[in-house]
Amino acid sequence: MQYKDTSDLEISLLLEAIYRKYGYDFREYSQAHIRRRILNRMALSGFEDIAQMQSMVLNNVPFASELLQDLSITVTEMFRDPAFYRSLREKVIPILKTYPFIKIWHAGCATGEEAYSMAILLQEEGLYDRTTIYATDFNQLALNRAKEGIFSNKLIKEYTSNYQLSGGKESFSSYYTSHYDNVIMNQSLKKNIVWANHNLVTDSVFAEVNLILCRNVLIYFDQNLQNKVQSLFYNSLINGGILSLGSKESIRFTDYFEHYSELDLKQRIFKKKY
Amino acid sequence: MQYEAIVIGVSSGGMNAMKIIFSAMPAHFSIPMIIVQHLGAHSDGQWITLLNDKSQLEIKEADEKEKIEKGTIYIAPPNYHLLIEKDKTFSLTIDERVNYSRPSIDVLFESAAEAYRNKLIGIVLTGANNDGTKGIKRIQECGGLTIIQDPKTAESAYMPKAAISAIEPNFIGSLDEIAEFLIKIEQQKR
Repeated sequence: MQYKDTSDLEISLLLEAIYRKYGYDFREYSQAHIRRRILNRMALSGFEDIAQMQSMVLNNVPFASELLQDLSITVTEMFRDPAFYRSLREKVIPILKTYPFIKIWHAGCATGEEAYSMAILLQEEGLYDRTTIYATDFNQLALNRAKEGIFSNKLIKEYTSNYQLSGGKESFSSYYTSHYDNVIMNQSLKKNIVWANHNLVTDSVFAEVNLILCRNVLIYFDQNLQNKVQSLFYNSLINGGILSLGSKESIRFTDYFEHYSELDLKQRIFKKKY
Repeated sequence: MQYEAIVIGVSSGGMNAMKIIFSAMPAHFSIPMIIVQHLGAHSDGQWITLLNDKSQLEIKEADEKEKIEKGTIYIAPPNYHLLIEKDKTFSLTIDERVNYSRPSIDVLFESAAEAYRNKLIGIVLTGANNDGTKGIKRIQECGGLTIIQDPKTAESAYMPKAAISAIEPNFIGSLDEIAEFLIKIEQQKR
């Protein structure tokens, strides 16, 4: 008799249960990643097996929300990969400057650090007043934190260094005020950011934009889902629009490879062909 | 017994250790090797080029979704965890650090153990933390072959010691002895 590995089967049943009950779809995520997150939660919460956890997910909404947080990765930084932001400044900003109005979609913004980084960069380049940044994520808790714009001052040293390496023109401390153990980002940075709940897996096109940033999100998706999301991006970009991915992400293995030219291959910045 | 992959975890002292093992491998050595070496987040991969000059096998950074091929040595990219899927492709994640490390040896080893079960060889080399201990244990539980560098011969003994305190490995030896042992195992399978 041929049979499937039990824990594989239990994980796929659990993901099916989460999708059918709550509408969050992790069924096409990278399996090794999902397995690791689920087994970690199982050990932390003291379940004997995944089936036991499935019953809890179905019958206990607070537990389900907790598991959802486990499956949503919110690790991010301001000016993460400074060389990328330098390239944005040098190669993308001149293109954006040619448009009277600019729309930017930051897909999978988590707690917002990179959306604030973008606002700072645009302010320095004199473009922020004619820009709208749509910063979206499916994780509402993360979005709420992003909206607040309050970050731990433990991280500021690293962010400052990132900012300087990225070609920042001001003193980084002019963009926030310190408050006990935290820093609060300037109100002026928030004014053109629209924070919205959007799920790349289940939601559709909502705007036509000049630039999409989606960095270190697609690595969590399998090939099929990557293709679906690439189709969403392709249909959201204007002709000549820019797509920026994470430093280890590629469009080479997706159906859309032919539809973009490379603006900066190393920094994974692509331009949609006319 | 046909081994299909070798995973190696190495931390401080790793550059020398890898140089010794990789340069000892003959060009026909076919079992792919997958390495987590702890490095700074902004390391530029220049050292991979340097190692390549010393090795007869191709050494490259592991890419997201890349298929694992015979006769190749893959290195986890800095600042990403490297995982192996059951279809023998790579996944990368930026999840929280594990044992203060990203990439983490435990993360690679645990996913490799699930993907390759008893067709995996796991190796813990020199290092100054205890990353890899949980992972090598998992490899043993899944029936894989375990190798640990003799702490007496390690530039930094802490990591191999921690691994030895968790399991009784199939082989303990110096870097040269480990290289020799791997070559012997690979020949047996032909």
